[in-house]
Amino acid sequence: MTTDYTSMWQELGLDLAGHDALLNVLGTAYTDIYLSQKNRPEGMGYFDFVMSEVHGLRIKELMDEKAAGRKIIGSYCVFVPEEIVLAANATLVGLCSGADFAMEKVEQLLPRNTCALIKSSFGFKIGKVCPYLESADMIVGENTCDGKKKAYETLGTLVDNLYVMDLPQTKTDQTRDLLKAEYMKFKTAVEELTGVAVTPESLKSAIDVVNAKRAAIHRLSALRKADPAPISGLDALLANQVFFYDNPARFTESVNKICDELETRIQEKTGAFPAGAPRILVSGCPQAVPNWKLHMIVETAGAVIVGEESCVGERGTRNLTADTGTTVDEMMDAIVDRYFQVDCAIFTPNPQRLDHIQEMVTAYNAQGVIHYGLQFCQPYLMESIPVEKALEEKNIPCLRVETDYGMEDAGQLKTRVEAFIEQLR
Amino acid sequence: MSSDTTAVRYAGIDIGSRTIKLVVVDSSGKILERFQSDTGFDPMTTANALIAKVSFDKIMATGYGRNLFELSFDAPTVTEIKAHARGAWTEFPDARTVLDIGGQDSKAISLFDTGKVKKFEMNDRCAAGTGKFLEIMAATLGFELAEFGAQALAAEKDLLISSMCTVFAESEVTSLIARGEDRKEIARGLHTSVIRRAAGMINRVSSDGPIVFTGGVAKNPCMVQLLAGRLDREIRIPSDPQLAGAYGAALLAAEARA
Ligand code: SF4
Ligand code: SF4
Repeated sequence: MTTDYTSMWQELGLDLAGHDALLNVLGTAYTDIYLSQKNRPEGMGYFDFVMSEVHGLRIKELMDEKAAGRKIIGSYCVFVPEEIVLAANATLVGLCSGADFAMEKVEQLLPRNTCALIKSSFGFKIGKVCPYLESADMIVGENTCDGKKKAYETLGTLVDNLYVMDLPQTKTDQTRDLLKAEYMKFKTAVEELTGVAVTPESLKSAIDVVNAKRAAIHRLSALRKADPAPISGLDALLANQVFFYDNPARFTESVNKICDELETRIQEKTGAFPAGAPRILVSGCPQAVPNWKLHMIVETAGAVIVGEESCVGERGTRNLTADTGTTVDEMMDAIVDRYFQVDCAIFTPNPQRLDHIQEMVTAYNAQGVIHYGLQFCQPYLMESIPVEKALEEKNIPCLRVETDYGMEDAGQLKTRVEAFIEQLR
Repeated sequence: MSSDTTAVRYAGIDIGSRTIKLVVVDSSGKILERFQSDTGFDPMTTANALIAKVSFDKIMATGYGRNLFELSFDAPTVTEIKAHARGAWTEFPDARTVLDIGGQDSKAISLFDTGKVKKFEMNDRCAAGTGKFLEIMAATLGFELAEFGAQALAAEKDLLISSMCTVFAESEVTSLIARGEDRKEIARGLHTSVIRRAAGMINRVSSDGPIVFTGGVAKNPCMVQLLAGRLDREIRIPSDPQLAGAYGAALLAAEARA
């Protein structure tokens, strides 16, 4: 990092020693995993920069926004509508964390057998190492899986600005109304926080901003259909991760720029991997920064990941919000309709997710699916078995992986992934 | 490396956690030489010593130490799963299911009729259900590993062992000994619990036909008998079950000659 941000981190109340340690690990991992890749598109320079400044420049920007009277809202789930946040003049950042931190302290508050995602979010809070968390004026929790909803009860004692949103678990007209009511309540809460009322104009423009960001990611995803794949799964995963905390307009512009480059690469048949490399779809639990473990293992073994059926990926970004409404209420309906389609495994039943996986296999020409489950994640691990069965009935090989953020199982995982790739060749 | 005869020789080396195996075949797949050695603390030195004993033209590495070997010798590698599948299928071409229980891993593999891997299951990170588990339990009971299976087989009944975790099972065994239970029956119970787990893995990949049982644990007669009884399927044991991976790797080295 070029600029010294120490005083900013100090003001945010970060634990400087712990934070240094985290940045160190992050920097080393990024160099080893990302910068060592061959045949990367030049446009990835943008993401390299974003990552190098993830706790620096981006936080500085958020602090500047705050100084100018804007509020920052942190969220842990794709069910928190960015449209509403933007329309009320606040900025949304994703908080879900992808690394173990302060685990001994976390395990004094949470059972050991809790998924790594939840533990990590607590570790970042207890260890005081996440500037996004510390700069947030409101933190939104949501009642999704049992782990999360119970964990928020405890998180509420660690932070004074937690807002918990309820979510349905089934999809009927009645539960759609529930979601609408929750989103209306959330809108009011955000309006109260910012002191800015959502208007038809502000909501319309927020919908446009978020749709543009999603459309850019759709364009990037579509380009991954080419063989040779013009971009590695690791790089595409990074774009999907940065989606959650970069400035939306800049993100959209930068992704579109990379897409221009990828289109040229496709024409010239320049790939991140050789043509004919085995193509794999990853499906399952969200992979938050800096959780690059599975992608790294797969791609260093010679296969290319061509899509993520994940909340950090297509499950989270696939649909646009219809821009049909003219009143706030009509637009809120459009927002509810859009989010109600997210096929998270906390829903029961959840057949749309299975359909979506199969559609993605076909669309991206994947030869196999790796189902990614975080250890102790009931919803996704439970769904992994029916997913595997359904895929195998269609002769699509599937490997179920159950792991966490630690590296103790890396050797075993590598063997399984390599054997799976041998199976596809 | 050059050969001293005109025929081309292909080697396969399987660097396992307990033992390193080396097999050399000719271009028709016939085994010319075979060696085995304890892995020890320094796998690469052991591997070096083994390959110094033979001459070959091409070598393929498998086993958990394959990547280390790849770095030192610039040799191609293949996973244990594919290697065992190939070794087992070559000896029993009608086989569609392979169970391999090695030192630290166990896996069940189903095959297409071409010998290609169709699906596999592998134990997770702990030693439950592997050779290591049996080894530790034999030691706890004071049996030589070589006689462990025969002793278990001689028992009249099973003493149920409820834990598969090596650490918990060990204390369970200790308290059974303290209670004065029969050592053979405890041994038998331990074998049964490993088989229960192996059978679960097999059932997830295939439901009928003969099973080729490879890896060091296949030499244990009690394991073989219990497995056959539990699944009611025919069990086939390669002439040297521990060599299946190295043999498969050698065959794959030969195939990759082009
Ligand atoms: S998996 Fe479900 S709970 Fe988790 S971020 Fe996605 S939608 Fe939210
Ligand atoms: S859905 Fe699974 S991975 Fe996500 S927070 Fe819940 S338990 Fe963890």
